[in-house]
Amino acid sequence: MGFISSDHNNEQLLSKIATNNGHGENSPYFDGWKAYDSDPYHSAQNPNGVIQMGLAENELCFDLIQKWVANNPKASICTAEGANEFKDIAIYQDYHGLPEFRQGVAKFMGKVRGDRVMFDPDRIVMSGGATGAHEMLAFCLADPGDAFLVPTPYYPGFDRDLRWRTGTQIVPVVCESCTNFKLTKEALETAFQKATEAKIRVKGLLITNPSNPLGTVLDRDTLKTIVRFTNDKNIHLVSDEIYAATVFNKPGFISIAEIIEEETYCNRDLIHIVYSLSKDLGFPGFRVGIVYSYNDQVTLCARKMSSFGLVSTQTQHLIGSLLSDDIFTEKFIAESADRLAKRHEIFTKGLAQVGIGSLESNAGLFFWMDLRRLLKESTIKAEMALWQLIIHEVKLNVSPGSSFHCSEPGWFRVCFANMDDDTVKIALRRIRNFVLQSKGLDQGPAKRQCWQSKLQVSLSFRRLDDFVMAPHMMSPHSPISSPLVRARN
Amino acid sequence: MTIEIEQPRVGLSKIAVSKTHGEDSPYFAGWKAYDENPYDEFRNPSGVIQMGLAENQVSFDILEEYLEQHAEEASWGKKASGFRENALFQDYHGLQSFRKAMASFMEKIREGRTKFNPDRVVLTAGATAANELLTFILADPGDALLVPTPYYPGFDRDLRWRTGVNIVPIHCDSSNNFQVTPQALEAAYKNAESMNIKVRGVLITNPSNPLGVTIHRSTLEQILDFVTIKNIHLVSDEIYSGSVFSPTEFTSIAEILESRSYKDCERVHIVYSLSKDLGLPGFRVGTIYSYNDRVVTTARRMSSFTLISSQTQQLLGSMLSDEKFTGNYITKNRERLRNRYEKMVGGLRNAGVECLEGNAGLFCWVNLSPLLESQTRESELAVWEAILHRVKLNISPGSSCHCSEPGWFRVCFANMSEKTLEVALKRIQSFMEERKITSG
Repeated sequence: MGFISSDHNNEQLLSKIATNNGHGENSPYFDGWKAYDSDPYHSAQNPNGVIQMGLAENELCFDLIQKWVANNPKASICTAEGANEFKDIAIYQDYHGLPEFRQGVAKFMGKVRGDRVMFDPDRIVMSGGATGAHEMLAFCLADPGDAFLVPTPYYPGFDRDLRWRTGTQIVPVVCESCTNFKLTKEALETAFQKATEAKIRVKGLLITNPSNPLGTVLDRDTLKTIVRFTNDKNIHLVSDEIYAATVFNKPGFISIAEIIEEETYCNRDLIHIVYSLSKDLGFPGFRVGIVYSYNDQVTLCARKMSSFGLVSTQTQHLIGSLLSDDIFTEKFIAESADRLAKRHEIFTKGLAQVGIGSLESNAGLFFWMDLRRLLKESTIKAEMALWQLIIHEVKLNVSPGSSFHCSEPGWFRVCFANMDDDTVKIALRRIRNFVLQSKGLDQGPAKRQCWQSKLQVSLSFRRLDDFVMAPHMMSPHSPISSPLVRARN
Repeated sequence: MTIEIEQPRVGLSKIAVSKTHGEDSPYFAGWKAYDENPYDEFRNPSGVIQMGLAENQVSFDILEEYLEQHAEEASWGKKASGFRENALFQDYHGLQSFRKAMASFMEKIREGRTKFNPDRVVLTAGATAANELLTFILADPGDALLVPTPYYPGFDRDLRWRTGVNIVPIHCDSSNNFQVTPQALEAAYKNAESMNIKVRGVLITNPSNPLGVTIHRSTLEQILDFVTIKNIHLVSDEIYSGSVFSPTEFTSIAEILESRSYKDCERVHIVYSLSKDLGLPGFRVGTIYSYNDRVVTTARRMSSFTLISSQTQQLLGSMLSDEKFTGNYITKNRERLRNRYEKMVGGLRNAGVECLEGNAGLFCWVNLSPLLESQTRESELAVWEAILHRVKLNISPGSSCHCSEPGWFRVCFANMSEKTLEVALKRIQSFMEERKITSG
């Protein structure tokens, strides 16, 4: 049954939130996803299709998990062994969450940090994925119109998660490639001052550590600088640590949880951690998001709010069992890091051989590729043109730096953990061929008129102020209405 | 060794410090009393019996039987990549097989009188999330939704807390069995207008919580006419639709739309969930079914904050696609709920207590106004406390549901064994007998 909707009438019938672009999906970056959807790579059926390298998913260790699941039938209420718990699990709707779930998660979080810190299961609050966690914290910590400082480049989903329904704003803290995107005190102060001058009240700073899209970890000094800054300004510090277990090389991961043990002057009521099992374990479908706050009032409030996004008890039960198995978790963490390291090396070494560099990184499911020298000019327009080329000619869906609000054009995030080994070889071959062909050519896709006509880029983006004003730039990491497209991350 | 430092108070948001989450209400004393002294047939036979929780525990054996026979389909199956594909699936459209299964289950509950299109099914983690999400989409902060009283207390949080939207009550009373009337609708609308509040929609619960009654077809027609004239939305929360004792007594708003050839249907949205009909509140399965394309698209995007675990979608998709299972479940579930209801009503009548004539749900709407010293909320609370602390039953006072008429109580009957229900009824009988004696 097709319903004819009179659009104008409909517009007035829905809320402002429903009719604005806060969802972020009306972005030009969808070309990448569309290209993948309409022509997805398949080794046998479509070997010339587009390879998906825009999705930060971790598919490297499912064999380990599958084996565990097969050996632990009690963890699933669908098996004969586990079915006797079905009823109790199915009726449990307490927003505190199953004790074994909270204990398992707290233990795992500690293990991922080398048991250098412990987490209290009673501070574990559930949310609808990290997506839900971020929105929930924004609702708890800030009023509409208030702002969070967020270092660039940052995960595009934050534009929606922090701002859409909450009415809060993002003020970017610009990090430059000349300092390897290091987060500096000056950059923090500059951003804070800009906000103050614009009469915007800053309520917090959100850091992602390890970083998406950079794949780097914050060093101890930077973390201390950050804590000193937020403590001085009496603003909240949210540390998104969802990639904590993807650290595969030295230097190791230092969590904010460790820093606050050292910096005892710091007001713990300001410290909150976002966690999830989507990246470290590769379970984005299970929607396991965690808010861990050192502030009792925030914990209580977030717990009440978690009613809007609780984790299915069926899943809580499985995860609780899985994460209480120390032998499994220790093996998993080590093996996963190892496999990620190997993948990372294959790509970065392979690209270095053809003169393509990337930011030196030791974490994450991606690397930050440097294609600045392939740009016709150092502009977003040129970056987009190059990106279109990569999608349509090289047949790789990678993510352009501008979608992450990167201040400098020419950087691209390339995901490497969401494919098998054979696809890795093919992807690498394609990039190398493209680069070798580009050498000696007039840089830039002057010939590629057909792609350029599709570009509808808003270029009002380069100045700091515009970051605040332009909600339209989103990465292709957002779902579109194609039934094939998966929710991005 | 830490030195105590005087920390400046750091501000949280207004939403965080507001009381709109509703948990600081006096009714929590009931829950506390239960938590501290819960009834157990053997270990604590004089403990508090929980009759304030609208849960459906009468049909678990049917679910368990299904799982025993279909363990593989319900889980990840034999296919090696089953677990991986499921764990990775985060598309906010949801598993197609699950959406199809939900649509077909909703059809079965309505005995095929209407059809549901799986592409209009939007998935959320529970009806709690669905109602909040719809409110974000249909109303701006400061606007209002009209809601007939008495209503589910959770709406105060779900519709208002983070959205900033108001609830303006549509007052219903016992003079006509608490049915919604055109006059009451109009009065509520005018009330909002007088407060300069813009009304964006009406939210009805059908069957009603706490009344345990389905809404008459004619009333649904009147409500639909009202929202059409006012050009506002209609949300029909039908989460108890599978708990109607006799299937022919339930008319879904979907049927009214069909009878009107779906004219002007874009203002109608249905909320459903498996928490009550299937008794699975822990699994967080809610849906929004909207006849408005824009709402479907937007709701789907917003559902990113509250998706259903793919593991659970897999399990329930398999269960609800099994027509033999669903047909059997729906029939047996209705029967068992009706039996419980009749037992409850019979027991109450023996004790001299009357209820609203109900035909659905997991509870009775009981009239204890004869026990009130005065027809006031205070008296109602006094009776409630007496029942809680002396009779040791946690029931829900009508004032917690914003009932404008004191003396009514919601009493749940499906969240306990039959034996426990008998114990509860005996206690009520004793209590009523005592009062007869003492009042002479």
